[in-house]
Amino acid sequence: MFGYLGKRALHSVVSVLGLLVLVFFLTRLTGDPSYLFLPLDATPQAREAFSTLHGFDQPLHIQFFNYLGDLLHLDFGESLRQNRSAMEVALEAFPQTLKLAVLAIFLAGALALVVGSLAAAKPGSLFDRFASLVSLAGASAPDFWIAIVGILVFAVSLDLLPTSGTGSAAHWIMPIGVLMLRPFGLLVQVVRGTMIGALSSPYVKTARAKGVRRQKIIFSHALRNSLLPVITVAGDLATSLVNGAVVVESVFGWPGIGKLMIDAIIQRDFAVVQSTVLVTACAIFILNIAIDLLYAVLDPRIRYQTS
Amino acid sequence: MTGTADPILEVRGLTVDFLSDRDPVRAVSGVDFHVSHAETLCILGESGSGKSVSTSAIMGLIDTPPGDIVAGRMFFEGRDLATMTEEERRDINGRKIAMIFQDPLAHLNPVHSIGRQIAEVFETHEVATGADAKRRVVDLLRRVGIPDPEHRVDQYPHQFSGGQRQRVMIAMAIALQPSVIIADEPTTALDVSVQAQILDLLRDLQAEYGMALILITHDLEVAASMADRVMVMKGGQIVERGDARSVFTRPQHDYTQKLLSALPHADDTDKHRRSATGAGEPILKVENIVKRYALSTGLFGAAKHVHAVNDISFEVNRGETVGIVGESGSGKSSVARILLRLNEPTSGRALYKGDDIFRMDQRELLKLRRKMQMVFQDPYGSMNPRMDVRSIISEPLRIHRDILPKDRWNDRVVELLELVGLKAEHAKRHIHQFSGGQRQRIAIARALASDPELIVCDEAVSALDVSIQAQVIDLLADLRTRLGLSYIFITHDLPIVRHFADRIIVMKQGEIVEQGTTQAIFTTPQHSYTRSLLNATPHPKWETGAASHLSVRIS
Repeated sequence: MFGYLGKRALHSVVSVLGLLVLVFFLTRLTGDPSYLFLPLDATPQAREAFSTLHGFDQPLHIQFFNYLGDLLHLDFGESLRQNRSAMEVALEAFPQTLKLAVLAIFLAGALALVVGSLAAAKPGSLFDRFASLVSLAGASAPDFWIAIVGILVFAVSLDLLPTSGTGSAAHWIMPIGVLMLRPFGLLVQVVRGTMIGALSSPYVKTARAKGVRRQKIIFSHALRNSLLPVITVAGDLATSLVNGAVVVESVFGWPGIGKLMIDAIIQRDFAVVQSTVLVTACAIFILNIAIDLLYAVLDPRIRYQTS
Repeated sequence: MTGTADPILEVRGLTVDFLSDRDPVRAVSGVDFHVSHAETLCILGESGSGKSVSTSAIMGLIDTPPGDIVAGRMFFEGRDLATMTEEERRDINGRKIAMIFQDPLAHLNPVHSIGRQIAEVFETHEVATGADAKRRVVDLLRRVGIPDPEHRVDQYPHQFSGGQRQRVMIAMAIALQPSVIIADEPTTALDVSVQAQILDLLRDLQAEYGMALILITHDLEVAASMADRVMVMKGGQIVERGDARSVFTRPQHDYTQKLLSALPHADDTDKHRRSATGAGEPILKVENIVKRYALSTGLFGAAKHVHAVNDISFEVNRGETVGIVGESGSGKSSVARILLRLNEPTSGRALYKGDDIFRMDQRELLKLRRKMQMVFQDPYGSMNPRMDVRSIISEPLRIHRDILPKDRWNDRVVELLELVGLKAEHAKRHIHQFSGGQRQRIAIARALASDPELIVCDEAVSALDVSIQAQVIDLLADLRTRLGLSYIFITHDLPIVRHFADRIIVMKQGEIVEQGTTQAIFTTPQHSYTRSLLNATPHPKWETGAASHLSVRIS
C-alpha cells in the first residue's frame, strides 16, 4: 500500500515540476508587472529600480533557477499586490473553494444516485423521460448565464438571496446551486446508464432466482456495482471544481482560489499565480489518490500491489 | 422412470414470444413437461432451441418486455403459478425452486463476498441471520467440497477457480433444500475432470435431499450420465421425449439421430485417420521451449516465476495432425502463441524446415506467417465486423502481395468459399449474418488464402454445437487430404481429436505428460492424468459401473 502511494507521489512530483516550468514561463509572457504596479507617469529609473528589486531584470533562466532555489527552502515568493507570502495568500483562498466544491459534488452525487436509480428502475417511464430531460439541460446549460440570471431573479427581482460575497448561509445557496448543475446532469446520465446495465446483469438474475426483494436487488446488488463508474466520473468533475470554479467564483464574488488565480494573472502577480497552481496541483494529486483508494475499498477485485 | 408419481412441477403448453424490432419471435412453442420427486429430467438441445427460456419462465426470470408468455400454464405442487401473488412467487424462488447457472463468474456479484451472497438466501427467506446464517454458510461450503470454508467464506468470487465458483452456486441453490433445482448448462464452461466432479456432487446431493433436478444441457454425454428422462428441443419445440435409455439407444426423431451420430466415435475404424505411413518429412521441430512469466517484479524482492510452458519438444510432419490436449491453464494455447511468435518464449528453439522461428527478423517472419496460419476459438472476435467476407478472406492476399495478382483475387475468394462449403454470393455479406459454424468456415478460408502448409487450430471447434463441430472437423480432414496440410489441433476435449489426430500430446501445468499415436493414447494410456481425462467422459446412467463409452452402444 505505502509502496503504491510512494510510487504515485514520485510520479506526481515530476508532473508538478513540469507544470511549474510551464506556468513560470507562460506568466512571464504576459508582460512587465511594473507597468501595472507603478503609476503611469513613473520614471524609467523608478521602473528599473522596481525590476531590480523583484529580480525581473535578470535573464529568464536565471530568474527560473532562483525560483527553483527558493522553492527548496519552501520560499514561494512574495505577492506584489499584498506584500506577504504568496503561498499564504493562496492557502487562505483554497479552503473557500474546497468547501464549495465538496458540498456541490456531494449534493450533486447524492441527488443523481436517487434520480438515476429511479429512472433506471423503469426505463422509458414518464419519470425516466423527465429525468433525462432535466439532466441533459443541467449538463449543457452555460453556468455563467445561469449564474447571472439567478442573480437577476433571486437577488434583484425577488430579493430573496444576496447577490454575492460570503457571510450567511444564504450566500452559499446560489454558488452551490449553479456549481451542482453540470455534475448533477452528467451524473444522472451515468447512474442511469450503468444501473440499466447492472439490472440486466447475470448476478441480478441470480438474486432474482434466490427470491431477493426488488428493492434490495436495486440497492444492494445493482447500485453497489454501478458506483464504480459513477465515482470515476464524479472524481473527474470534482477535480475541475477543486481547480477553482473560476466563472462561478468571479460572478458571485466568492473569495476562492479560482477568483484569486484570475485576479493574479490580470495583475501580473507572478508569485501568486505560481502558488495557486502549486496548491491546486497538490489538491488534485491527493484527490486522485483518494479516488483510487476508494476504488479499492468498493471493488474487491482491485488491490494495489506494494512491490 | 417414475411417471406415475405426482409431479412437483408441471408445465403445459408453454409458449413464449420475444419482441424483436417489430415482429415477435416465438422462442418456445407449446412445450409440456413435468418433473417428480428425486427425478432428473434433461432438456437437451443446441443453442437457440428454447431450452433455457422454458425454465426461466418457471422462475419468472423472463423480462417482460421483451419476453411475453403468450400461452400455457405452470403448476408447482398442484398450484397454478399464474394465480399466485408476486410475493408468493418471489418466495418460491430460492426456497422451493432454485437455479444454477452456466457462467458462475458472471452470475455471482463481484463486489460481495461469497459468504454474504449465500447468507442472503437465509436472510431473504427469514430462516437465519447474522452469526447463525454464517455458520450455516460454512456448513454448506463444506458440504459442496470447498476446502477451508471458515476462511474462504469471506472471499470474493474472483478468488475462486471456475469449478469452485460452480460449487458456490450449488451451495446457494441447496441452501434451503428446495424441492426442484434447475441447472442451466452447469458444467459447460468447465474442464472435463471438473465437470465430472460437479456432476458427481449434483448426483450425491440429489440422493441426499431427494430433490427433482431439471438439467439443461447441449452435451449428450452429460445428459446420458444424469438423466432419468430426456426431452430434446429444437427451434422452440419438443421433438422427442422419453426415458433416457430409449431416447439414447433408439432415437426416433431425425434430429436426435443426427445429434447422436455426431458424437465422436470410439470405434477404431475411424473414417478420418489414415495409416501413419501417410505422413511425410518433418516440417516443424520444436525443441525445449520454455515460457516463464514473472509473478512479481519488485525492485528488491526476489522475483517469482510461473512456468506457462516448461521444456516442450515435439515434431510435426507433413500431412500430419498433432493434437495438443489439456485443461485450461495447461499451457496448450501458450505453445500455439509462441510458435506463431505472438508471444516470445523465454528459451528454446522451433525449427520450421530448418530455420529457427524465434530468431527470424520481421521480413522472414512475414514469409513464415504465409506458410503457418492460425484458426482461433472465437471466429466472431477474430474477424473485423465492418469488413465483408470478400475483404476478410482476401486480406492475406493484400498482405502477401506475391501470391496472386490483384485481378485474380475475386476468383480466388470464390474458390476458397466453395472449398470450405460456402457459396460465392456469401462474399458480399458481413460476419454477423453468419452462424457460428459458417463463421468458422470463413476463418478457415481466410487461413487457406495464403496457401499455408501448417494450420494451428486453437480450440477451433470448442464454441460450436456438437453437430456443427463434426462438420467442421470433417472439413478440416477433407482439406488435409486435398491440400496436404498439417495441423496442430489444440483442444480441451479429448474425444474430438480421436476423430482426427495422428498423434496426441497431453499437457498438464505447462509440461507434456504423455505423447504418442492416437490409438496408443486411447487404448493404452500410460500416465494417470491421461487416464483421468479419458475417464472424465461421463458414462450413461443406465449402465452404471460399465466402463464402456456411450457412443459404442449407439453405433
